[in-house]
Amino acid sequence: MSTYTLRSKRRRSALRTAAFMSPWLIGFCVFFAYPLISTVYFSFTSYDGFAAPQFSGFKNWSFVFNDYPLFWPALRNTLWLVIVMVACRVVFGLGVGLLITKIKTGTGVFRTLFYLPYLAPPVAATLGFVFLLNPGTGPVNSILGDLGMGTPGWFTDATWSKPALTGLAVWGVGDLMVIFMAALLDVPKEQYEAAELDGATAYHRFRYVTLPNISPIIMFAVVTGIIQTMQYYTQPLVAGKVASGVMGGSGQQFEPGYPDKSTLTLPQLVYNLGFQRFDYGSACVVALVLFVLAMAFTALLMRRRSGLIQAGE
Amino acid sequence: MAQVLDHPKAAGPVSDPVTPAHRVARRKALLHWIAVHSLGVAAALFFVLPFVFLVLTSLMSDQQALTRDLWPHPFEWANYKKVFDTPGFLTWWKNTLLYAGLGTVLTVVSSLPVAYALAKFRFRGRHLSLMLVISMMMLPPQVVVIPMYLFWAKQLDLSGTLWPLIIPMAFGDAFSIFLLRQFLLTIPDEYLDAAKVDGCGELRTLLRVVVPMARPGIAAVALFQFFYAWNDYFGPQIYASENPGAWTLSYGLESFKGAHHTDWNLTMAATVLVMAPVIVVFFFAQKAFVEGVTLTGVKG
Repeated sequence: MSTYTLRSKRRRSALRTAAFMSPWLIGFCVFFAYPLISTVYFSFTSYDGFAAPQFSGFKNWSFVFNDYPLFWPALRNTLWLVIVMVACRVVFGLGVGLLITKIKTGTGVFRTLFYLPYLAPPVAATLGFVFLLNPGTGPVNSILGDLGMGTPGWFTDATWSKPALTGLAVWGVGDLMVIFMAALLDVPKEQYEAAELDGATAYHRFRYVTLPNISPIIMFAVVTGIIQTMQYYTQPLVAGKVASGVMGGSGQQFEPGYPDKSTLTLPQLVYNLGFQRFDYGSACVVALVLFVLAMAFTALLMRRRSGLIQAGE
Repeated sequence: MAQVLDHPKAAGPVSDPVTPAHRVARRKALLHWIAVHSLGVAAALFFVLPFVFLVLTSLMSDQQALTRDLWPHPFEWANYKKVFDTPGFLTWWKNTLLYAGLGTVLTVVSSLPVAYALAKFRFRGRHLSLMLVISMMMLPPQVVVIPMYLFWAKQLDLSGTLWPLIIPMAFGDAFSIFLLRQFLLTIPDEYLDAAKVDGCGELRTLLRVVVPMARPGIAAVALFQFFYAWNDYFGPQIYASENPGAWTLSYGLESFKGAHHTDWNLTMAATVLVMAPVIVVFFFAQKAFVEGVTLTGVKG
């Protein structure tokens, strides 16, 4: 084969690749690279969307970290959610996954019932939970009251709003259940049989056979859970809005993070700064903080090779 | 129920003489069965009761919904009619179908060739492209929303419509590309080679050989994308909030609560109406859906 045809063949295959990749290449440039660079640029300017952006150095950065009253509460809430909500979801997801592999009768029905809440649209599910957990007449507090237990204020009480959101997140644990179920069914049967011959108890079988086998999946669930927490937006926002009794829709007179900043998350700050205070520069600072956090955990996910890109590599 | 009674027997062959050891083993198996299934029922109650309470409340009168009653008396079926009669509700429904339907078609058509290239072509930068796709998938939409909003609203004057949400779907969606790639990896190269021996180009191979084989993967992507659009709150909030004529169900639902402040019964009826289609679609496509979740395990 002459060099000439080899080269033209190579060029043709490069063109072919470019053609197939083109939708994403354009999308990547227009909806990712360009806005990301703009975000960095805007973070160093004063910009309200009307007058042209003015270079202002680190003013926005210092405002967000030192003077913006919502930043640190939002970061603290995110930390709380990462520790408590992610942990609860993983433990509960694993528990339900284990349970479904043990259920022998009506497995399909149970699996569907366990999975359904994951599909409930977030706004609808949140509205539902605000109603179910409404302090005065909601079914949950009615039942708790009848049982003689405490009746917390849930979404109207700063101490209980995040636990209430955690309840909502645990309710929708179906995605993790399916992942854990698949992982548990993949554990080699022989290992259980060997352990049983050695007289291992159920706890020991779980501790020394199940856990080591599924630990990559647990890692995967934790890291993706953290990334999802960085994006956590709709549920805390809607819960805060509805519980505070503020009109939804275009009437935007809403104290972010009701009650008492307890449901604030970082993405809400981008909205608050950009679309309520029209301080695009500072909104971009928060957006970049969010970017760095999300990318740090994504890098962890890719390095750990926790099942995400293993296949075919 | 036959299974319920049969199961404990499986612990030992039936023809064996019933020794005390057998009886203990059988009793243990039965107790285990009861324990597991009671736990299963308890978990099922936790997952299902919220739906039950929502539906029951949606059938109460507005007065009764404010009481501690759990059972509607009488059943107010007219609540659902009232929700449909609410100004805007049908428009939101139409907008949601447009956003979810058109968006899904565009996403599948634009993501499939990209996923195919990433799964089956050998080229420099393939690994890097994949890393970038995963990064885009993990990126919160809020990170780039300020420049994107300025782009759509100030330069193209499209705020107050859903087009800023639909048009980008014609340029590949990172999650869909990733999921489809994972799926296409499972198709053996031999099938593609055979098509090429028969004289098919890459595009023909994709359409004639890969698409029919990848149907379950495509179905999963289409479902996820449909649900994504159906559930999206942030997108419509940014681009459509100023124009109620462009709201979607997920966005309008919250304002519905605002307008029917104390009418929890109507709000819950609307909530049920937003949830119902998703659940109905799920029942028809359960297999594709679960497969998609196990393939990738993520959807923010």
